[in-house]
Amino acid sequence: MNGTAVLHSIIDGVLTGSVYALMATGLTLIFGVMNIINVAQGIFVILGAYLSYALSVHLGIDLFVGLAITIPTLFVVGIVVERLFLTRIKGPERVVMSILVTYAVSLVIEGILNMVFSTNYVELHAWYVNRSVKVFGIYLPYIYLLGFAMAVVLLTALYVMLYRTRFGTSVRASLADQTSAALVGINVRRVSTICFGLGVAVTAAGGMIYGATNAFNASSSYDLISRLLVIIVLGGMGSLGGALVAGIMMVTIEDLVAVVWGPVWSNLSFFLILVIVLSLRPQGLFGKQSVRVA
Amino acid sequence: MLRVRNVWWIVALAAFVLFPLIETNPTWTTIGIFALIFMGCATSWNMFSGYSGYVNLGSAVSYGVGAYTITLLADHLNVPGNGDLFWLVPVGGLAAMIIAIPVGLIALRVRRHTFVVITIAIFFVFQLSAINFSFTGGTAGLQLPLIPWLETNYNKPFYYAALAIAVFAVLLSVAVRRSRFGLQLLAIRDDEDRAAGLGVKVFAVKLVGFTMSAFVVGMGGALYAIFIGQIYPQFVFDPIFDISIALMCIFGGLGTLTGPLLGALVLESTQQYLAIRFSNGSLYLIIFGSLFLVIVLFMPQGIVVFLGDWRSRRKARLAEGARVVLGEAS
Amino acid sequence: MTTLLSVDRVSKSFGGLQALSECSLSVEKGSITGLIGPNGSGKTTLFNVITGYEKPDSGAVTFEGTEITRASPSRVFALGVGRTFQITRIFARISVLENMLVATQRDEGWLRGLTRSKSSKSELASAMEWLDFVGIVRLADQPAGSLSFGQRKLLELAYVLVADPDVILLDEPAGGVNLTLINEIAEKIRSLNKSGKSFLIVEHNMEFVMNLCDRVTVMHQGADLVSGTPSEIRSNPLVLDAYLGGSDEYDDEEVS
Repeated sequence: MNGTAVLHSIIDGVLTGSVYALMATGLTLIFGVMNIINVAQGIFVILGAYLSYALSVHLGIDLFVGLAITIPTLFVVGIVVERLFLTRIKGPERVVMSILVTYAVSLVIEGILNMVFSTNYVELHAWYVNRSVKVFGIYLPYIYLLGFAMAVVLLTALYVMLYRTRFGTSVRASLADQTSAALVGINVRRVSTICFGLGVAVTAAGGMIYGATNAFNASSSYDLISRLLVIIVLGGMGSLGGALVAGIMMVTIEDLVAVVWGPVWSNLSFFLILVIVLSLRPQGLFGKQSVRVA
Repeated sequence: MLRVRNVWWIVALAAFVLFPLIETNPTWTTIGIFALIFMGCATSWNMFSGYSGYVNLGSAVSYGVGAYTITLLADHLNVPGNGDLFWLVPVGGLAAMIIAIPVGLIALRVRRHTFVVITIAIFFVFQLSAINFSFTGGTAGLQLPLIPWLETNYNKPFYYAALAIAVFAVLLSVAVRRSRFGLQLLAIRDDEDRAAGLGVKVFAVKLVGFTMSAFVVGMGGALYAIFIGQIYPQFVFDPIFDISIALMCIFGGLGTLTGPLLGALVLESTQQYLAIRFSNGSLYLIIFGSLFLVIVLFMPQGIVVFLGDWRSRRKARLAEGARVVLGEAS
Repeated sequence: MTTLLSVDRVSKSFGGLQALSECSLSVEKGSITGLIGPNGSGKTTLFNVITGYEKPDSGAVTFEGTEITRASPSRVFALGVGRTFQITRIFARISVLENMLVATQRDEGWLRGLTRSKSSKSELASAMEWLDFVGIVRLADQPAGSLSFGQRKLLELAYVLVADPDVILLDEPAGGVNLTLINEIAEKIRSLNKSGKSFLIVEHNMEFVMNLCDRVTVMHQGADLVSGTPSEIRSNPLVLDAYLGGSDEYDDEEVS
């Protein structure tokens, strides 16, 4: 274990972590605005990956170019799912019900993907997928750099939308307090639907990078969603900044642990860190302290 | 509530007891064993999560700990492949209960929806540990002494052991529901802070409920281990198990007594049957998921409550009809 | 007269909002003390601080000589302070009688509370007695969620009484309730007071407070303004001032 390897793993971690952060941001946005835990986020990522795969293999469309198709597609899928199923969730156990409903949706999608694409592992290919560029003596895969750039672009776009547009203001109001937002005349229904769509749309981008860096099939979604959940809880559920920080942090730590202690521990560390942090700070890094309801 | 239906409970119990004596086809009795294991696990899961509202999606931890404990013990104590193994099943449950204490100490301090996620995270910690550590045999898993009973009779003892666990779980659930402890769990579900303000030792109550539930699930895992004879980390620490248990209780009716039993019976038998008939897992996923969606969206209180409502509405309508016919004013 | 409960210069702020500023108050043993003040004057926050749901930034709360400033709600309850809420909080999914049985007796250990059976005869009898006292005993087996608003208020009163508290804090007991019920509630408070219980009552209904309480404290902008008998308060120009002008009109942050 030497210094270069450590540095390498940190850089890798930041680069890939940014993509996870992007997907986690979508997930936490959904929770923050709608009080829904979208467990299907994992399978949506895989769906995005498969769509990129289909476009690339059957139509020869480049992976990044294909995003122009897959992102809007997943946006629409998100809206459809929200309208069809999530609007029906009523009652006091909203959060728990949302877990079950979105889990059911993910099962159905998993089954469909298995039937259409079979359970064989596939990977996304492009000229930049297996090539690296040498930067300061370290080999960095092109795909990591491009993925990072893409994540930065998309996250910036998201923040611009949130802080510079009227819609964004509505979203931030809903994030802070739904009841007050409704009282001020914000169409919380519409904001919710669009946010769900956005939250899902980012999985198309994340999915493409995931598919280009991992061999995957539909069952890869379990590992994905468990990581995304850990990230948003660690960052504080509903906190966008938290998802960003936690996403990059967790993946970087995981890569570091793999280099320093071996890959056996890296997987474990991901979840162990959450357990430790939550024991000390139950609301996550940036979450709101649970208000004692008198 | 139980008084009216006491007869039905006895009838049902008799049916379960007689089942393997009548139906000797091992395919069916195997389905019965799994159904009963799940009925026991679902009932005790409900006893904590259904009553308190703290949805535990990491109960597979208890299941897996039970399975590994019995396997490791059998190995270390050189227990031969015979009926003695059954005595170790409660030990598996005990181990699961002991492990549940530190888990509960960590997990029960957070809010409800964070609790759900942290139970998932803890689950993965256990699963990955089982895969990575050598004393657990890694991905190759561990083996148990195989019990050399005859094929045709192999299932029967397991079936009755599973039945015993299920009955125990039900009796425990009833005892809890009837006790002040059970009331406090229910109060926690409705208004935790208010309960605290009324003197309920909320954390202690949750921890006790959590560990009691772990005991039964641990026994289920231990029984599974000696039944199959070989355990793999991804099968005893299985995320699908976590979701299935929750689903069975939701399907049947969270917080009711018959709900988890019905839910487990129907869903587990269906799953086992479909797994045997259709080796095509994808179709199963689609059917299961769709069924799940329908249940959760249209009968969110579960079948038992749904049917109960339906029956009382029907009775009301019949009574109304009777009044009209008899010429009384409505 | 001995002081049962005393609040000594308590301050509490939430972010930028100063909810309580050096508020002091005392409840004499055997009295019915009223706590009034315009919206936003900090009454419910004060209740929360006394009963342990909020911890004050400074100041002290003492009950029967024991300091309870930083005590948890269950400890405050165990010491003998009962409290109802402005928005009634009951356990909706269990029966009315079972609601009564949730509250533990004051001085039992946690293990006892855990293993005690639900239907010990003396407890059931006691619970039924209280339900009868407040007048809802016929609803004992109904799920509490099916009770009307007024009935819920009575239930809340009932189970606060189960633990036999020495002082009872009532947060708007007459709020949103019809006239007959208001009089009933007042009667019950009087009779409980005769048997030795002390009360601290927050209320907006002036008539209710003036007729029932033997002492009234007026709060304004997080502090205690004036304390005295109802007639003293009624004729105090400061009080009128507080209610009519000069006070900030912000939303009632007391609504839980």
